[in-house]
Amino acid sequence: MNSPEILIIDDEAQIRKLLQITLQSNDYKVAQASTAREGLIAAANHPPDVILLDVGLPDESGHTVLKKLREWYLNPIIILSVQSEEQDIISALDNGANDYLVKPFRTGELLARIRSVLRANSSEEQNSVLFFNDIEIDLSARLVKKKNEIIKFTATEYTLLLILAKNQGRVLTHHFLLKYIWGPSYINESQYLRVFIAQLRKKIEDDPNKPMHIITQSGVGYRFL
Amino acid sequence: MNFFKINFNKINKTNQYFFSIAIVLFVSIICYFFSAFLGYKVVALILMATVSLIAMFFNIKPVLLAALLSALVLNFFFIPPKFTFHIDNGEDVLLFFMYFIIAFVNAALTFKIRGVEKIAHKKEEKENTLKLYNTLLHSLSHELRTPISTIIVATDNLQADNKKLSEHNKAELLSEISKAALRLNTQVENLLNMSRLESGNIQPKKDWCDMNELIYKVISSLKENLENRRIDIEIKKDIPFCKLDVGLMEQVLYNLILNANLYIPEDAVITIKAKLINQKLILIVEDNGNGFDAAEIDKVFEKFYRSKNTSTGGTGLGLSIVKGFVQAHNGTITLENIETGGACFTIELPVETNYINNLKNE
Repeated sequence: MNSPEILIIDDEAQIRKLLQITLQSNDYKVAQASTAREGLIAAANHPPDVILLDVGLPDESGHTVLKKLREWYLNPIIILSVQSEEQDIISALDNGANDYLVKPFRTGELLARIRSVLRANSSEEQNSVLFFNDIEIDLSARLVKKKNEIIKFTATEYTLLLILAKNQGRVLTHHFLLKYIWGPSYINESQYLRVFIAQLRKKIEDDPNKPMHIITQSGVGYRFL
Repeated sequence: MNFFKINFNKINKTNQYFFSIAIVLFVSIICYFFSAFLGYKVVALILMATVSLIAMFFNIKPVLLAALLSALVLNFFFIPPKFTFHIDNGEDVLLFFMYFIIAFVNAALTFKIRGVEKIAHKKEEKENTLKLYNTLLHSLSHELRTPISTIIVATDNLQADNKKLSEHNKAELLSEISKAALRLNTQVENLLNMSRLESGNIQPKKDWCDMNELIYKVISSLKENLENRRIDIEIKKDIPFCKLDVGLMEQVLYNLILNANLYIPEDAVITIKAKLINQKLILIVEDNGNGFDAAEIDKVFEKFYRSKNTSTGGTGLGLSIVKGFVQAHNGTITLENIETGGACFTIELPVETNYINNLKNE
């Protein structure tokens, strides 16, 4: 496989440089743009495999750029933001961002996000068995094992587990999950989601209070690892 | 005295005119009833005292009105011949004019004194703001400069290409840079939160919250700071979901735990408790360290206040942010020392609750 290309759209030269060094030393090709205009042109001229998009650009808001990109660009977009304002992040995710990182982020986090969006994008072909450390999900047999022991789930629990697991590494918002599982009229009934997340954790985590698989992204959603 | 002052100052301007007239008339009527026993010279003194009292609390114009009115009343009802503005006796004419002058001088003087008081108060306020500002700058520059110096010195060392610098030392320098950066980030976070609070911009976005999830999440995000610290967690088993702003409450617990961790001895334990009493969520963060000086307990939530015994860094913002965020939830936070040693922070939040989490599996 060729090394994936990543386009960085960020107005801070220092951040671009650090990202470039980090990504290149991890075998990614890197292109850069410092404004919304440059970024849109660069993406159109040579569509990258992933775009890292800063929301605070000088000429146009990153949210607008995101919308413009999503009119034609289908590969993953990861939002970089300094505000940890949840509402900002949720609206970016709703507008087609695949994931987000809040500055300052750790290098490990950055690389994990990129790997996971790339993986999700390439694994269109259905693997019939998913593996996560000690957990094994057999899709065709609808069977979940932890440390080789079969765990029983209710239908709703299984649907929730599956949608999380299929999007491994990617944050799924509360709204998305509620809508996906219970339907559009339930998007504000977050208590249901919390009940089922707690139940899933009791079944698949070694210590439900220190989850290794279902990670809480406060105010935003959940991420399966 | 202060109590009265506050109450009287609350009376608005139009009402002050009304009250001035009412008080003068009231006193006059009482004097009139007793006029058989009171000579008009005594009445003059009583009215004078009334005007002086009014002058202590009201603005100058209502006081002048009271002075004028009382003079007229004195002349008309009390100085013979009664029920005329005419005065026969030369001595009484003098009395009337003296009354007039003293009442006005009285009013003008108290007004002047109050003006001076006001200026002094303003000056004091200004000085306090300046003092606060200086404290902020002082603690901020210290708090920001320390990690910045660390980063500069460490990178200088690494760039110098010094052959004597061992691999171990290089790793140490890098880890110091990393720690310094995290410390800077925490301080910036605190400043941003403070400015959010100061601008009155905090609107809690409440959502159902699993207390187990909240508390364990905060502890896991503090992993790097807590190192080997023993943390005991006591969450009541039947605690329902509570509706609160998860982001704000995470910050509250984060600051309280971080604070306790910084100031208690290495082997001391932090205990976090959560329970629901009378529809109030009670969150407790306590430790078995040395507690606070009794004199300090009231001050710790003040902006920029820093404990006398602190050696480690801090801008004195952490606990004031905690208080601000708790208040944004209409809650209260109190600090007390535990008899057996240690400090105990208790948060009480009125919350909406939902017991759905205690239902058995569908």
